[in-house]
Amino acid sequence: MNIFKLSIKNIFNKPLSSSISLSLLILGIGIISLLLQLNTLIKDQMDNNLRGIDMVVGAKGSPLQLILASVYHIDSPTGNISLKEAEKVSKNRMVGSSIKLLYGDNYKGFRIVGTEKKFIDLYKGTIKEGKKWNNPYEVLVGSKVYEKLKINLGDVLISSHGLRETGQPHENGGFTVVGLLKPSNSVIDQLIITSPESIWDIHDTHDHENDDEHEHDEKKITAMLIKFKSPMNIIQFPRQINENTNLQAAVPSYEISRLFKLFGFGIETLSYLAYLIIIVSGFSLFINLFNSMRERKYEMALIRTLGASRFQLSTMIIFESLVLTISGFVLGILFSRFGVMFVSSLMEESINYNLSSFKILNEEYWLLGLSILIGIISSLIPAIQVYKMNISKILADA
Amino acid sequence: MIITKEVEFNYDNQIFFKFQDIDLKSNENLLIIGNSGVGKTTLMHLLAGLLKSNSGSIKLFDKELSQLSSHQLDRFRKNNIGIVFQRPHFVNSLTVKENLQLAQYIANKNDNNRIESILKNLNIFDKSNKKTNQLSQGEKQRASIALAIVNSPKLILADEPTSSLDDTNCSKVIKLLKKQATDFGAQLIVITHDSRLKEHFKKSIEL
Repeated sequence: MNIFKLSIKNIFNKPLSSSISLSLLILGIGIISLLLQLNTLIKDQMDNNLRGIDMVVGAKGSPLQLILASVYHIDSPTGNISLKEAEKVSKNRMVGSSIKLLYGDNYKGFRIVGTEKKFIDLYKGTIKEGKKWNNPYEVLVGSKVYEKLKINLGDVLISSHGLRETGQPHENGGFTVVGLLKPSNSVIDQLIITSPESIWDIHDTHDHENDDEHEHDEKKITAMLIKFKSPMNIIQFPRQINENTNLQAAVPSYEISRLFKLFGFGIETLSYLAYLIIIVSGFSLFINLFNSMRERKYEMALIRTLGASRFQLSTMIIFESLVLTISGFVLGILFSRFGVMFVSSLMEESINYNLSSFKILNEEYWLLGLSILIGIISSLIPAIQVYKMNISKILADA
Repeated sequence: MIITKEVEFNYDNQIFFKFQDIDLKSNENLLIIGNSGVGKTTLMHLLAGLLKSNSGSIKLFDKELSQLSSHQLDRFRKNNIGIVFQRPHFVNSLTVKENLQLAQYIANKNDNNRIESILKNLNIFDKSNKKTNQLSQGEKQRASIALAIVNSPKLILADEPTSSLDDTNCSKVIKLLKKQATDFGAQLIVITHDSRLKEHFKKSIEL
């Protein structure tokens, strides 16, 4: 038996009032930590996939949509643009390099992107098995796609039209898997990648059958990813394109920070609420301790007559409070990790994104500090009361 | 050896007590008897070092209590004094055995054999692992005696141990207290208004 054990026994002796303070604290800490984790994980994922893309050129529409579609592959594209016009942009002297992107088909919900081989280099993708494509209708498959759909080298994938699983399946032929990519923790993990020619070709034949009025000679692409020679160009060049052409130019870093500002407002409001919950938990802890001091005053007097010092008794009270707040912190962090796992599984289902990191953030160490502080503050008055307690008077009143 | 001389105490300069001198040799027990309001509990608290006298001297086992700091008093108390309260008090979150272990911990001791032998001697060994609020009144009283003697005090102070008991139980309890004191080599001072106890003590003073 020692003072620390006694504190724990005292907590378990009052399971109801202890658990109220505890669950409030778990909720508060859990929400804040969950918000911090999600914010960081999503931001990391977004920044990770930016990969120095300075500008995206696509069809007119929402700039955010264009970025989400062609950088993050989570929204529908704004439309198609003519290859000729896009190439005019890419030949501008300010442009360092450009990558064409073509959408059109999906295989069981995973997007098939027609693009150049340097797209894979942009995301530092490496081949795990097989090789890159040499002919149309040959594809490289991202790690999440083959893991989930159990795709092997040499498989033939019959694609469907559009970007969702419900699209019409193509009747003729399919894509042959010639290579599997290593996991790269970037967007290419969830893509099926092929040459631009494959996409042009499959839609050409497709169009022949259904629609004769189509202009076959004009090739179209969905978007073009552009890197500038100098970062200075990021200010004037996109505006030039938007004002003088039929194309839309959007700057990913700008759109993403705008998106996070919108997010940020919600996150901030929620965390204020969570801090409020933490304060309430501290208050309920204080009331519990204060009441239990009254109920236990004879007990305290007894412990003093047994020879315990004032200091030992006060320490016991502070221990009781700290045991509760620190376990509240630990359980809150666990709660948030389960939350992250849950949100991640939701996101993976809907947009094939996965967030998996269980490292402790710096802000979470602050939360530990906050929990300890709450534990000390809420036990301070009861501890001082016990310190000043007049044992003789309490025992004489009994 | 317990010697007090001209001990005086007042509460907020209003209630004023002047106590008779006590002179007790080793192995002697003492009954302090008096009606309500004559300062019995005050005297007991003075002897236990829970209160400090305004003047006079209290000497327990060659230590002058008025010269000890409150921290030294805590230490003196845990090494030398066991108190049996009028109403038994325990730490409610702990079992009987854990209460005794806590008392030992406070006195920097750890001796489960002693706890066992005390509980057996008091006939409540089978209640060791019961929470104290599950005990009957009689069991509680015996458990509180166990708590007072677990650290082998030289002096056991008992405050009104028999006031709410009938004649049979009264004599049982006082015999039990005296036996425990002799068995474990302690002196016993009982403070009470209960005149039934007079026949059990050779030495008594009246306040």
